[in-house]
Amino acid sequence: MISWIGDSIVSPSGFTSAENYEAAKARRSAIAPHAGDGLAEPYHAAVINKEALAAAFEQRCGSPAGLTPLEQAAILSVAQATEGTGINPASPKVLFVFSSTKGNIHLLDAEADSYDRNKLYLWHTASLIARRFGNPNEPVVVSNACISGACAQIAAMRMIEAGRYEWAVVTGADMASRFVVSGFQSLKALADGQCRPFDANRAGLNLGEAAATIIYGKAKGKAESAKSISLRAGSIRNDANHISGPSRTAEGAFLALNDILKHADKKDIAFVCSHGTATPYNDRMETIALQRAGLDRIPTNSLKGSFGHTLGAAGTLESIISKWALTEGLALGTCGFEEPAQDCALPVAAHNIASGGSCFVKMLSGFGGSNAALLFAKSEED
Amino acid sequence: MLTIKKYSYISPQHAYPLPPHLKAAMAGGIDMGKLYRSLAIDYPKFFKMDTLSKLGFLAAELLTAGEEKGEAEAMNDRSVVCFNKSASLEADIAYSKTIQKENFFPSPSLFVYTLPSIVTGEIAIRHKLRGETSFYVSPEWNAELLVDTVRQIFAAGASQSVIAAWIECEPDSFEAFMMLIGNYAEGLPLSAENANELISDFRIHNIF
Repeated sequence: MISWIGDSIVSPSGFTSAENYEAAKARRSAIAPHAGDGLAEPYHAAVINKEALAAAFEQRCGSPAGLTPLEQAAILSVAQATEGTGINPASPKVLFVFSSTKGNIHLLDAEADSYDRNKLYLWHTASLIARRFGNPNEPVVVSNACISGACAQIAAMRMIEAGRYEWAVVTGADMASRFVVSGFQSLKALADGQCRPFDANRAGLNLGEAAATIIYGKAKGKAESAKSISLRAGSIRNDANHISGPSRTAEGAFLALNDILKHADKKDIAFVCSHGTATPYNDRMETIALQRAGLDRIPTNSLKGSFGHTLGAAGTLESIISKWALTEGLALGTCGFEEPAQDCALPVAAHNIASGGSCFVKMLSGFGGSNAALLFAKSEED
Repeated sequence: MLTIKKYSYISPQHAYPLPPHLKAAMAGGIDMGKLYRSLAIDYPKFFKMDTLSKLGFLAAELLTAGEEKGEAEAMNDRSVVCFNKSASLEADIAYSKTIQKENFFPSPSLFVYTLPSIVTGEIAIRHKLRGETSFYVSPEWNAELLVDTVRQIFAAGASQSVIAAWIECEPDSFEAFMMLIGNYAEGLPLSAENANELISDFRIHNIF
C-alpha cells in the first residue's frame, strides 16, 4: 500500500488535473476529426494543441527548445504534480517511473540525421525527465502495451514497499503519432466518429494524447491519513490466449480482479473504471471478467469517450480522474454511452451518480494478452 | 529460498543449453530459423513473429526443455518479466517502412509487434502461463534491477515461479539471457552477483 500525494494531467481537455476532471465530469469530449495527412483516411482523436502546450510549458518550465511535445507534456505534468507536495524531486529517496508504449516514435518520420537518435529510446526519455528535476536515480521504465500506466504504479508500490525509495513520481505519456494512428487504422480498430464504450453501437476506439503524473509516498500512519487515498493493491495477469485479441473467457482480467479483491470488501467498492476502449471485443471481455469476479452489480464507467485511448498514459490519467471522483463521492458517467449493449450486461454509468463507497477499481487490458487491475481506497477513518 | 534453477542463452555465436546431437549442427553460428527447426517443434506461428519474439520464444524453449508438463496450476502462477535497451525498435523500423509517404501500405501484422511486451505474451501463450507479464527498458543489462524486480514479483504473492530475461535485438546482433527462478531445492541462490556471473560466463568467458 502506498499513499497518493499529488497529481497532474496534461491533455487536450486541459493542462491541469482540475480542468481535466471538470471536463470528464461534464462528459465533455476532446475527440475531434483530423484530416489524416499522410494517412489513408481521416480519423477522430483527442489531440493536444502543440502551440498551446509549448506556451504553457514556457510559462511554467522555461524554453521548450529541443524538447518534443511528449517530453514537454511529461515534464509539465511532473512540475505541476510535485508543486506544493513538499517533496524534493532531486532527492535520492525519490524514484522516477516512466510509462509509455511508443515514446518519441514520431521521429522515425523525420530525416535520420535531423534528430538525436537517442530520443528513440524510452530510457533516454525517462532519464531526460528525471535529470530535468535533478534526480540522481536511474528511472524505472515500463513498456507493457496499454496496461503500462497500471504497471508503472505497481512498480512504484513495490519499490516503496520494499524500502528502496520513500517517494515515486509516476508518469505515463503517449502521443497519437502517424505511426500509431496508421497502425490502429490497419487493424481496423478505430471508430469512424466518437467512440461509444459499452454501447450497442460501439464500433472501435479513438486514440488520445496525454501525459499524467501521480506522486506516491510510503503509506502514512493512521493519524496523518485522514483524507488520503492509497493504492492498496495491484495485479497483472496474462490471458495466454492471443497477442492482439482478448480471451473469450476474460481469463487474465478475471484473475487480476480476483487477486485485488483479496484486499477489499465488494460492498465498499464505489465504482469500476473499466478499460472500456469501445471495441466490440474489449468491452465484452471486460463484462465477462466483471461477471466472473462478482462485480457486475457495481457501477462501471469508461473515460475513453472523453480522452480517447491515451495508451501508456491511460493508467495514470484514468486513475487520477477516478481518484478525484471518489473524493467527491461520484461515479462519473460514460461519455459516448447511450444504448446498453446486449453483450455488456453491466450497470454502466450513463450519467454521474452519487456513490458512497470508499474504494474504486481500475482495469486495463492490452496487446500481448496483458491485463491489470488496481484497487484504490480512502483511508480507514474516512 | 529463491534460486535460479535453470538458465538459457542465445547470441549470434552460441545457444545454451543445446542437446548433444545439436551442438555440431549449431557450431557455425546461430540462425534462429535453423535453431527452431532443429528443436523439432510444431508451432507455425513462430515464422510470423518479429526477431525479438523469435528470440524470446527460442530462449524459453531451451530454458524449459525437459520440464515436467501438465502442472496446470503452477503454470497459472508463472510470470514472465523481460528487460532490454531498445524496446521494439527493430520492429518499429520495419513497420515504419510500410508507411512511407510515397509507398503507404501499413502492415497490421508488423504493427502488432511494435510493442516490446508482445514477446512476453508469446511466451505466455506457448507455455500457457497466466501469471504476470511485464517488460522494462533500461540503458544496459542491470542485474540489480532485474533481481529487485523478480523478488518484488514473488513478494506480491501471486507467482510460484518467474521467467526473467534480458532480451535485446539490434540490427546486427541479438542476445537473450533467460532464467527460471523460484523456491527450488536446486540451483544458484538468486542474487545480482550470481546473475552477473552467469551472463559474464557467456559474454566474456565463452563458457558453453
